[in-house]
Amino acid sequence: MRAPLSWIKEFVDIPESVTAEQISDGLIRVGFEVEEIIKQGADLTGPLKFAKVLSIEEITEFKKPIRYVGLDCGEGETRYVICGATNFAVGDLVVAALPGAVLPGDFTIGARETYGKTSNGMICSARELGISDDHAGIMVFAEGEVAIGADAIEELQINDVIFDVAVNPDRGYALSIRGIAREVAGSLDLKFTDPVDALRNLKFEETGNGVPAKIADKSTASIFYLRTLSNFDPKATTPIWMRRRIEKMGMRSISLVVDVTNYVMLELGQPLHAFDKSKIKGGLTIKRAATVQKFKTLDGVERTLDPDDLMVCDDEQPLALAGTMGGLSSEITETTTDIALEAVRFDPTCVAKNSRRHKLSSEASRRLERSVDPSLAEFASARFVQLLTAHSSAQHVATVVDGAPIFAPTVTIDPAYISKILGFEVPAAKVAEVLRVIGCDVDEKSFTIDPPSWRSDLLTPADFTEEVARMIGYDKIPSVLPPRPLHATLTPTQKRRRAVATMLASRGLAEVQTFPFTNQATIDSMGFVGERASTYKVANPMSEEFPLMRVHLVPGLIEVAQRNISRGAKDFAIFEMGSIFRSSQKLVPAVSPDLSKRPDQKIIDEIFASVPTQGYHVAGLLVGKTENENWQGKARAYNWQDAIAFAQDILQLCNLEWSVARSDLAPWHPGRCAELIVNGKAVAHAGELHPRIIAAYGLPERSVAFAVALNALPESSLVRPTTVGTMPAAVQDVALIVDATVSAADLQAALCEGAGELLESITLFDRYDKIGDGKISLAFTLVFRASDRTLTGEEVSAMREAATAQAAAKFGAVVRTA
Amino acid sequence: MRVEEISTWVEDAQKAFASATDLDSLKAARLAHAGDKSPIALASRGLGSLSPDDKASFGKVIGEAKAAIAQSLADATAVLEAERDRKVLLEEVVDITLPVNRSHRGGLHPISIIKNEVSDFFIEQGFAVEEGPELESGWLNFDALNIPADHPARTMQDTFFIEPVESGMVLRTHTSPVQIRTMLTQQPPIYVVCPGRTFRADELDATHSPVFHQVEGLVIDKGITMAHLKGTLDNFARHMFGPDVTTRLRPSFFPFTEPSAEVDIFFNNRWIEWGGCGMVNPKVLATCGIDTDVYSGFAFGMGLERTLMVRHGITDMHDIVEGDLRFTRQFGVGL
Repeated sequence: MRAPLSWIKEFVDIPESVTAEQISDGLIRVGFEVEEIIKQGADLTGPLKFAKVLSIEEITEFKKPIRYVGLDCGEGETRYVICGATNFAVGDLVVAALPGAVLPGDFTIGARETYGKTSNGMICSARELGISDDHAGIMVFAEGEVAIGADAIEELQINDVIFDVAVNPDRGYALSIRGIAREVAGSLDLKFTDPVDALRNLKFEETGNGVPAKIADKSTASIFYLRTLSNFDPKATTPIWMRRRIEKMGMRSISLVVDVTNYVMLELGQPLHAFDKSKIKGGLTIKRAATVQKFKTLDGVERTLDPDDLMVCDDEQPLALAGTMGGLSSEITETTTDIALEAVRFDPTCVAKNSRRHKLSSEASRRLERSVDPSLAEFASARFVQLLTAHSSAQHVATVVDGAPIFAPTVTIDPAYISKILGFEVPAAKVAEVLRVIGCDVDEKSFTIDPPSWRSDLLTPADFTEEVARMIGYDKIPSVLPPRPLHATLTPTQKRRRAVATMLASRGLAEVQTFPFTNQATIDSMGFVGERASTYKVANPMSEEFPLMRVHLVPGLIEVAQRNISRGAKDFAIFEMGSIFRSSQKLVPAVSPDLSKRPDQKIIDEIFASVPTQGYHVAGLLVGKTENENWQGKARAYNWQDAIAFAQDILQLCNLEWSVARSDLAPWHPGRCAELIVNGKAVAHAGELHPRIIAAYGLPERSVAFAVALNALPESSLVRPTTVGTMPAAVQDVALIVDATVSAADLQAALCEGAGELLESITLFDRYDKIGDGKISLAFTLVFRASDRTLTGEEVSAMREAATAQAAAKFGAVVRTA
Repeated sequence: MRVEEISTWVEDAQKAFASATDLDSLKAARLAHAGDKSPIALASRGLGSLSPDDKASFGKVIGEAKAAIAQSLADATAVLEAERDRKVLLEEVVDITLPVNRSHRGGLHPISIIKNEVSDFFIEQGFAVEEGPELESGWLNFDALNIPADHPARTMQDTFFIEPVESGMVLRTHTSPVQIRTMLTQQPPIYVVCPGRTFRADELDATHSPVFHQVEGLVIDKGITMAHLKGTLDNFARHMFGPDVTTRLRPSFFPFTEPSAEVDIFFNNRWIEWGGCGMVNPKVLATCGIDTDVYSGFAFGMGLERTLMVRHGITDMHDIVEGDLRFTRQFGVGL
């Protein structure tokens, strides 16, 4: 919302000593963020004169049309200038910058030779003067609108300060000069004159029958003023001062009738709509569209109405999308002489729905959906009549009213509540004083408050607390630490996530965070199927390229790896920790329990249960070499073992026990993927990525990855340590020949099983696969220890043989002899 | 055998050891003056043939002489060994400035680091860290926070909706639903912070990202005031931005707080908008079944990306979201 200082000053007595910055600070203090202070005309110096176009010589030998224009600047002799614009004719009045003038951008005007002529000044567009972004040619005025030779800076009221104010959604009243001016006055303790006061007793003579007005359903609109005017001369033009104010507000001047509706809306905050009365069949009724039908709005767009759309209709058809935009068929045109002026206090929700359904946010809808002062339907429409009849031949015919304004109820509060919430003492008298400044009537005995008509948002003690706080100043609130619990700690899950991330980071992996969006092509290319491929779809994605929620972390890591590779990185390791969104349950229609009290536990449980479980994973991608190569020599490439080791390290860090099994899960190489199993559940996968994926995404060959479902890991149990044995250990090596298909893990398990309880540890120290015949040799070191004695040679041999016997029995293992 | 002769042996030995220039020549001297065939050794062995009286007197003299020779040998050995070691170690000198660490440099994402830092700060203040799902029920994300379906406030937050839209499921637009979940499942006093990932349909540019992170705080207790809110924010701001930072509350609007405020910090000589805050709207407390006659509370929330960018002088959001290792690695693990 823009607010020119010159306009604010109409309603607030602002001493000259008060600076724009002080006003801005005041507005910020009471809750209105000033996004920009525009000092219009600050970088413009004259002479800038109105001039009459006396002659136009078209110069045609250049690529673009050039005019050599003779101007009467009131100097007694004709001044000639070169001009590139063509939107004016002989007899028009224009704005001329004379030599010596400086335009915004430090552009000094001087006499100069150009296009073979001497140009003694410049004809200006609004944009060149820095007063509008409109660059549809130069500014043109009609004869009589402005005086030849007059100072245009003065006449166009260029020197002004314009505040660009951000207005929060609960303060619809401040989408008006009236509202902003009140806040300026309140924040700086200055006198405010409500422009509505001058309109309260305005009466117009009834000279005929007005267009009938009706609200079909009073829940959609409370009050409807319809004022009929006639005898309007469509040639009437908007006075310069009004046009300039509209432009300063960032809008464009269109025609006198439309300009007056906009002017009043900007001044008071009530949107108005003017219909060409001759296009109305019968009367106007506010009602639902009821049927699906076509309707063309003022912007020329043909829209399909929803039966629920609230419309302003005549006896035959809809004429306006209520509170949002008028219809093309009944708009004010160059031939309109009779006008029906609508001012309605529509229900904010109805307008919001209209606006949302048609994706049409207008100056009117923005105000109405934020709630408009219900008293304004009367006063703003009166202001329209006052202004239009003053600036044209239009005459008031009749005013028809349906409905009545509904005001916010009175509220009784305990003034002590305010001090209790703010944390410092605010005397009741001060509360009353402050609330009066914002327009409330306060009965100090009962502390019953009657909020002003424009503050339908003031309903609860909390609402009044905010008003008191902001008018006293938030800077008065002391800074005190709250009482606090003695202790808090991270949960075991939170600690575990942090430890895993820190471990990976300290082991050379860099953490990345990717957007959790994906698409079907990616899911398919990874080879995900079944429930690992099903996910949720975003109804309105950022890009149609990524409409789905991710089902796995590896694709995001691949994308980041590609980006790093494209920027020159070769050897690196990255990881991500975050949610995945496999479609674990069907989404059900939402329940919307009443908000005034806590819903039943059953409903709460239902709401919690309606939210699908979202897995929390950590995954890593390792590409290229394990180390940076340097003078020390070459480094080896990451391989499947590294990926599996990282996955195991994570489980180890969480102090869990696991077993390893071969897996052929996507997106891994079907022969090089390990599955880590904890408590019978696969919780992690790791290994080499599928060669097809590596090729498709241009990753270095044999890139490897791991993924651990952190949410599937059980909590670590309390450690019950075994006593540390101090007796000597007996070490035995065994080498076994088995079929190459036998896995090391299975063979080791068999050895452990056979060796018995005194086996302390077992390590695979050699693997030899050059035996031939589809056989391999696996050699293990077995360490035995008893807690109470030194083991004898016989005992140890017996245990070793028991171990190899079990391996032989289960896998046909043959002990290899040297 | 004469006593004088014995002292000559000692002197000869001492001279010979002292004049040895290296361990090899010392060894030769040792063999000559202290070896099996040295005069002192021979004399020592000859003691047995002496009379008991002579044995006693010569024995003592020879014993002392042997000890003197041994001491002298030990001294010379120590000197020469030290000399040798010095030479050998000098030859073994290496260039210890050579680059030796070839391992990849890892690191945590700066958002993780700042999230940890914020969590730790509040844990020290006695706040628990609560988390919640990113794909969230619209009732918890909006309705329970006093953001009605058709209120303009809902369009303040461009929401990603999940199909079917009748499910009301959204990608949470803030971490506030975690506050609602906490209030629906716990009894006051409640002191929690909720860090997490949030979503809004904003185009990615230098200062916005459709996927970003917030941290919110919620306190519900008896007698909680806006002064407590201000105190907590002051403390938090000093922790994040240094002891000299000052904060400012500005009136604002959020449906879930009343009164509401923006919190600005004065940092690097200018006011910077940091986050939103306010006293929890009694309507929200009522929806969560908290007795507003007994309890009041405050809440605040700020963007972690924004906090990070302001504090570290990061000017482009792309650096935070792209995952370029050259950016991330600069942060280490936040120590």
